[in-house]
Amino acid sequence: MDYSISKEYVLLRKTVREFAEKEIAPVVEDMDREGKFPHENIKKMAKLGFMGLPISKKYGGSGTGMLGYCIAAEEIGKVCSSHGTILGAHTSLCCMPIEMFGTEEQKQKYLIPLAKGEKIGAFALTEPNAGSDAAAIETTAVRDGDHYILSGTKIWITNGDIADVVIVLTVTDKALGARGGVTAFIVDKGTPGFSVGTLEDKMGIRGSSTAELIFEDCNVPKENVLGDVGAGFIVFMKGLDCGRLALAAGCVGGAQACLDASIKFATTRVQFGKPIWENQAIQWMIADMATEIYAARQMVYHAVWLKENDQRFTKESAMCKLFASEVLGRVIDTAVQIHGGMGYMKKFPIERMYRDARVARIYEGTSEVQRLVIANMIRREVL
Amino acid sequence: MKFIVCIKQVPDTTNVKIDKRTGRLIREGIPSIINPEDKNALEVALRLKEEFGGEVIVISMGPPQADEALREAIAIGADRAILLTDRAFAGADTMATAYSLGSAIKKIGKYDLVLCGRQAIDGDTAQVGPQLAEFLSIPQITYVLEVNIEDNKIIAIQELEDKRVKWEADLPALLTVTAEANKPRYPSAYGIMSAYKEKEVEIWKMKDLDVDEKRIGMDGSPTSVKRIFSPEPKGKGEIIKDEPKKAAEILFNRLRAKNIL
Repeated sequence: MDYSISKEYVLLRKTVREFAEKEIAPVVEDMDREGKFPHENIKKMAKLGFMGLPISKKYGGSGTGMLGYCIAAEEIGKVCSSHGTILGAHTSLCCMPIEMFGTEEQKQKYLIPLAKGEKIGAFALTEPNAGSDAAAIETTAVRDGDHYILSGTKIWITNGDIADVVIVLTVTDKALGARGGVTAFIVDKGTPGFSVGTLEDKMGIRGSSTAELIFEDCNVPKENVLGDVGAGFIVFMKGLDCGRLALAAGCVGGAQACLDASIKFATTRVQFGKPIWENQAIQWMIADMATEIYAARQMVYHAVWLKENDQRFTKESAMCKLFASEVLGRVIDTAVQIHGGMGYMKKFPIERMYRDARVARIYEGTSEVQRLVIANMIRREVL
Repeated sequence: MKFIVCIKQVPDTTNVKIDKRTGRLIREGIPSIINPEDKNALEVALRLKEEFGGEVIVISMGPPQADEALREAIAIGADRAILLTDRAFAGADTMATAYSLGSAIKKIGKYDLVLCGRQAIDGDTAQVGPQLAEFLSIPQITYVLEVNIEDNKIIAIQELEDKRVKWEADLPALLTVTAEANKPRYPSAYGIMSAYKEKEVEIWKMKDLDVDEKRIGMDGSPTSVKRIFSPEPKGKGEIIKDEPKKAAEILFNRLRAKNIL
């Protein structure tokens, strides 16, 4: 079994790491405090091809596949969950669904500029009455000649206010529900009837924008149906398979950063005449953190391997997201404890990482939803 | 225009540790990187290419693993990469290195500008660039901070310890570039994939060059490294505190006693 990765991926990891340390790290404190979107960095990332990593070169991407994308997500996750979230929503939930389900015209018109980072993407599913119960969405799309008229409200949409292109999940046939009654549309910013509402003020990932999107008789051409009419759910589920894996990679990165900070602190903080590392209690905390991170990382890269080898990976992707996000939660909590008072003060990064980490168990499907997905997949295998 | 950039793969000495027992560098597990100032040199070449058009060729003399440094340079934006690798080149000091590189550059043919980093972080000699210019019989401007090309001449600002000097030279010429000259661009993700999946690094061996065997490798090296060590820490110095005239007298007597004055 060969676990090594080829040299281009080693170089990619080194490059993204350096970028994250030199370009992202210096801005995160102000970004978090002011809740400002890091426009400059996103532009730099676009220029370097980071906004379309897994997308094929034919469509403006960098052709690194899922492996390169997850490596980059892990390295960015070490430094800033906000940048990781912005990247994830754009790449996994907007670029990849268009690459998987788009017509050639849609790929030319939308995927190429999105993959190059010339345009930013978003994915609008969640509504006030439809979170985990995604099938309960109420935004409608009614056929009218060559167009569909979209009406409804989406909430908590990452990149929602700045996105140039949004994939919107709508109900086209209420009677059919999730199986045949949901359709995905590609909607351009500036389309009459499409506006941005509230921008949320959040606990963490404050550099990423989380917006309400309002559709009031919004006219969208029929050419903008993504995938088949009525087959919107599969667009969303396949997009999430990829998104969950990249998110998990980001969690692994974030957890690793917490561990590294904890080790550094424990070896330098002297109490009772010795570094706190000398206490078994601390050593056991470090050992548990490191063990869980190792496990989460192996899971992620194994699931990447499944995808790259065209094997089913829905169950594994949900397992990775579930486990890695929960590991991140445990690790950051322990990291705060190891740092003691320093872990609670805003002038040190641990406090921000604690706030940033919490959403990982919620977005792109809560831990509870992941467990349902996993159980369902297992049932299908067995029955 | 044709720009030739010489790069060297070096151990990342900023992260290197010293073995406390032997005082020597711990080389195991140290990642290899492109010498930092060579990246500044490459950045100058890429910006000139963007402004004036042409081709950027990177060349390196090293063991086979220096291929990685050249591929990174391609990923950053170089058009062509040449690796001079041969047992015969091994053990070269700066003179033999410059001679070998010079022979390779002569083989490339017509060029406009050769660019080198000011110095490598492992050797720290800053000799190869100037020696190379002599082998190629071209003018050299070292410690370059800013560069421009006008009327087929190179105009460069040289940064010395106490002043900056503006130089002008006919092309072809050689520049050595400092870290302060620019902020090198990162390799792009698509550049990295292309460097490994689509591009080639040309391998040149001794037999591919027109060289005098006695002037390359260890045989061609008038200098050799006797020992690398971490100097003993000197310990805290002494500060002589007194009013100036008295302190000067004390200092003078101390230095006298040590036969320094």
